[in-house]
Amino acid sequence: MMFVPGNNPGMMADAHIYGPDSIMLDLEDSVTMAEKDAARLLVYNALKTIDYGTTEMVVRINPLSTPYGKKDVEAVVKAGVDVIRMPKTETAEEVRELEAEILKVEEEIGAVGRTQIMAAIESALGICNAYAIATASKRMMGIALGAEDYTANLKTQRTPGGDELRLARETIVVAARAAGIACFDTVYSNLDDMDTFRAEVEYIKTLGFDGKSIINPRQIEIVNEVFTPTPKAIEKALKIVAAIKEAQEKGSGVIAVNGKMVDRPVVIRAERTIALAVASGVLTKEEAAL
Amino acid sequence: MMRNTKLTTLEEAIRKSGLRDGMTISFHHHFRGGDKVVNMVVDKLAEMGFKGLHLAASSLSDVHAPLIEHIKAGVITKISTSGLRGELANEISRGLMEEPVVFRSHGGRGSAIASGELAIDVAFLGASSCDELGNACGYSRSENAKSICGSLGYALPDAQYAQHVIVITDDLVPYPNVPMSIPASLVESVVVVDSVGDSSKISAGAIRDSKNPRDILLAKSAAKVVINSGYFEDGFSIQTGTGGASLAVVKYIREEMLARGIKASFALGGITAHMVKLHEEGLIGRLIDVQSFDKVAAESIKNDPFHQEVSAIDYASGEHKGSAVHALDMVILSALEVDTDFNVNVLVGSDGIIRGAIGGHQDTAADSALSIIVCPLLRGRIPCVVPKVTTLITPGASVDVVVTEYGIAVNPARPEIAERLKAAGLKIVDIHELAAKATSIIGTPDPLPFGEKIVGVVMNRDGSVLDYIRNIEG
Amino acid sequence: MEIKPASAGTLESGDILVRIAPATTDGLSIDLESSVAAQFGGQIRHLITETLEGLGVEKADVTAVDKGALDCTIRARVTAAAVRATGKDVWRD
Repeated sequence: MMFVPGNNPGMMADAHIYGPDSIMLDLEDSVTMAEKDAARLLVYNALKTIDYGTTEMVVRINPLSTPYGKKDVEAVVKAGVDVIRMPKTETAEEVRELEAEILKVEEEIGAVGRTQIMAAIESALGICNAYAIATASKRMMGIALGAEDYTANLKTQRTPGGDELRLARETIVVAARAAGIACFDTVYSNLDDMDTFRAEVEYIKTLGFDGKSIINPRQIEIVNEVFTPTPKAIEKALKIVAAIKEAQEKGSGVIAVNGKMVDRPVVIRAERTIALAVASGVLTKEEAAL
Repeated sequence: MMRNTKLTTLEEAIRKSGLRDGMTISFHHHFRGGDKVVNMVVDKLAEMGFKGLHLAASSLSDVHAPLIEHIKAGVITKISTSGLRGELANEISRGLMEEPVVFRSHGGRGSAIASGELAIDVAFLGASSCDELGNACGYSRSENAKSICGSLGYALPDAQYAQHVIVITDDLVPYPNVPMSIPASLVESVVVVDSVGDSSKISAGAIRDSKNPRDILLAKSAAKVVINSGYFEDGFSIQTGTGGASLAVVKYIREEMLARGIKASFALGGITAHMVKLHEEGLIGRLIDVQSFDKVAAESIKNDPFHQEVSAIDYASGEHKGSAVHALDMVILSALEVDTDFNVNVLVGSDGIIRGAIGGHQDTAADSALSIIVCPLLRGRIPCVVPKVTTLITPGASVDVVVTEYGIAVNPARPEIAERLKAAGLKIVDIHELAAKATSIIGTPDPLPFGEKIVGVVMNRDGSVLDYIRNIEG
Repeated sequence: MEIKPASAGTLESGDILVRIAPATTDGLSIDLESSVAAQFGGQIRHLITETLEGLGVEKADVTAVDKGALDCTIRARVTAAAVRATGKDVWRD
């Protein structure tokens, strides 16, 4: 998920050519108060006009408690955004408020249920309520960590090793998995240190995250490299899924691949590997369906 | 003791040359944006009262805007060049000259000079060092070196074929200035001046790698094309340009050469620090250098015997079978516009104003085994893949692959290349799709307000006419 | 409609700076400076007029400095300038 400032038309015009899975146009922290109105119009017109192809389009709105939040919702829902990212989410109640605002606009334009929600958790309270937030709405597609505000709230600062984020990251992954939705890690801002960035991406992948937020196209390749399954892993996953199909067709309860028993978690991991391979573009949907 | 010095003043050298009104004078452009020779000489010619001269330069740039006044005054009435930029280009595009400018590629110019089609009466050749008999170089081994440019490749045809050769230098060194680029036997006069060029504008220091994400994206795609083209094998040869994307391509190709243990036999053309680095690492056997783009390349050509200077003829002539382009495997080139027939324009902007140079584009595209054009689909609201180029510079028959940020197009005449790239997982699109994509994003541009006056003639490298450039109005 | 002087946009590449001021003539007067004037000047003027008329602004002096903005950006900047000039938002308060 690539962050693009919502008041920068040059960057918004071709952010998708770098191949991020999703683009987050930002109306919140990257836009000054004086430019909130102009950025909102820019994002609205960009979403309506620019062909972003299959890239998932996300807009980070301003909190509903500010004078901008509701107008942001109206604009981006009318423009047909895929996902609204709610900043600084702390309680399930806030999510339901946003849901009600979205519904109002969707009813007005006759597109009920079109807009999904992603909640960014950026405070200690939000982490404590992570599971409640993750399950607050059927529109909730994922939760994400916003580390800058979170570390400030903890009265600490970010370190290269990320010890201060450990609980938050693990909590978010666990809450997301329990709720059956996706989870995304926070940004890494030092563009001149690609080695630390790569180490962080590898680390959060190990924790179980589905993706990483990025601030520059130069970071995309590393995320893709880390998250793209190896050809060997893809081959193995395809074999497992094929064996399942065959077993189901035969009505057999026992599944074996290469003489080894395959149980349910192995199947789930195999399916996830294939989904990742398709998402990374190394496997076509047709190949995955074989 | 030196008995027959050729040292003299500029004015005396001009008198001795026998130059008359209407004759052809020539210059090279190795001092690029820092050149002082053209303006200095033409100022002197104007002062001496010459009229109706034909100025045949290997290229002209922003720094040559003072020529406008000399054209208005009738000192210069005809220009032949590879390119034009800046205010001079702007004025000429609007109809400054009665006679159209003749544009030739570097190889085409070399051929035309050798055949006599472009007959030079007096060549004024700036040199970074020279002795008093005329042995001249684009570098200097003295402590007084001021204006270093490296290769003098574009000046060598002039030195060889001009009726009269005057070397102008700002670093007179003791005889013998060997090894030399231009031998004394070809030189009639040597003129010493304070400065032949502004060294800060002759070449940048080390050109930094581009951090522009679009350049990086284009470079990575171009490198993938090179690597999977079928020509990337031990002993291959390559030429690249100097744009941000072209330079970055070298970096990615280098990584793959190391990974696969592949070495190149030679790199050709304008040589940069990037190429020198690969050569010094043992990844490129020889450097064949017609123009040294930066200080690193200029130092290398001075010190490294396997870094060879070549004339524009030996570099890129289509008429001379020995020219190096005939042995070139791959070339990476830029473009202002490419059209759906793969024709390329590198000379005239999409506003109708001349703003570029043919350079070696025609020559390398035609004679290399694989030519790769790298250009963004859009520059702001300017489309680079268009239904028809504003001006035809390199015919589509010589262009094989076009790399854009929205996909890679392969000339239908090269289906085997398309197959290899597809097999490597690259996104191959029809060039018509790219043009349609550009239109869908920016709309259809209004036609340009061209007038009736012909301001430029684009020559093909074989001496035939490819296209005409008309004046722009408004 | 009452117009106060207002502007929106920037001079960054790919953007357009739009200034709207009270009309000094009868109708819309558009002063456009564009890096792509030769190819798109007419279309940009048309888009500015269309956008302003759609917002009910029929009398104003408009100055625009375009740096190769796409149509969607021009529409957004003209709308933002008009909203600021008229005080009438396009979103409900």
